[in-house]
Amino acid sequence: MTKPEGTVSKPGSSKEYKTGAWRTKRPIFKQEKCNDCRICVAVCPDGVIFGANKKYWADLDYCKGCGICVEECPLKDIELIVEVK
Amino acid sequence: MAKNEVTIEKKEKEEIVESLLTPGHKACTGCGLALAARTVMNTAGKDIIVTAATGCLEVFSTSYPHSAWKMPWIHSLFENSAAVAAGIEVALKALGREKEAKIIAQGGDGATADIGIGCLSGMFERGHNILYVCYDNEAYMNTGVQRSGLTPFEAWTSTSPSGKVSWGNPTEKKNMPAIAAAHGIPYVATASVAYLKDLEKKVKKALEIVGPKYLQIHAPCPLGWAHEPYDTIKVAKLAVQTGLIPIYEMENGVITSVRKITKKAPVEEYLKLQGRFKHLFKKPGFEKELERIQAMADATIKKFNLM
Repeated sequence: MTKPEGTVSKPGSSKEYKTGAWRTKRPIFKQEKCNDCRICVAVCPDGVIFGANKKYWADLDYCKGCGICVEECPLKDIELIVEVK
Repeated sequence: MAKNEVTIEKKEKEEIVESLLTPGHKACTGCGLALAARTVMNTAGKDIIVTAATGCLEVFSTSYPHSAWKMPWIHSLFENSAAVAAGIEVALKALGREKEAKIIAQGGDGATADIGIGCLSGMFERGHNILYVCYDNEAYMNTGVQRSGLTPFEAWTSTSPSGKVSWGNPTEKKNMPAIAAAHGIPYVATASVAYLKDLEKKVKKALEIVGPKYLQIHAPCPLGWAHEPYDTIKVAKLAVQTGLIPIYEMENGVITSVRKITKKAPVEEYLKLQGRFKHLFKKPGFEKELERIQAMADATIKKFNLM
């Protein structure tokens, strides 16, 4: 079937583009004081923080390193480090 | 022990449920709008049909040939997000399938308060069963920070620059929720990305009400407001705590709930985080202008009984 011009038939296909390449800083989840409040999961603009039971991680393929999770963590259990190659 | 491990594993798997606005979209780092849109979509669930006006949201989420949306989504023009949504609603009714999907129309502050206000007004007037969401980042960010009807008083934008004579935007923020409420629609609410639980509650409530609904979400823009990307939530919170952005709900034209200010902050605290207000701390005579903005915040607090 030919598709009409200007349509995208694959939902969620933006995942093919990895925005992780934009990043200069990355969040490190220290997992020392975490109390499962899940604020980091909620505040991520890209929705790339996953996990449960005091174990959380950011999907570094897409994390843009904005640092909102670091700033908003009430227990300061996330750290932002500069990525050096 | 082994049993316990299985449940943990299962739960972790459940936690990798992806947003309905998938990652890989091209929003700037720290985008408040992306956060607001993601929260609205995830709260509404997958049985929705979404329209979007031209603007940042449309541009960053659908750069051809990719789409970040996991539901039927359509963008047509800058002004007609509400009209397209109205057409979808009527079509579903004609097919007898109106119970199968909820309809959400979206627009930025420019698309809502300036360009698309005619179509939006028509949607309200005809009483379509649609939730209209306005993402308010207070200027046309996608095209290079031009002033919109919802740009706040004395903010720098590229079309209201501050300089020797000018203090930035000369007009106050348009009271869009009041305009929506004046149509006599059943539900009008404002929200902020700083209070996501409140936002979720409002989206859920709005989708249960039959008729046109209007939700305006205050969403900071690190690029246009010139603040640090990690300060997005902090800036949004201060906007509410200073009283400049009131968070409230209106049902059938009557204010039914307001978010009280827990710790009142002076407007300087909110303004100094943002580059678009930096002239308010430099130019001679700035104290008077800050007083004016503080007076506006105090008037809003009094009007909505925020304290």
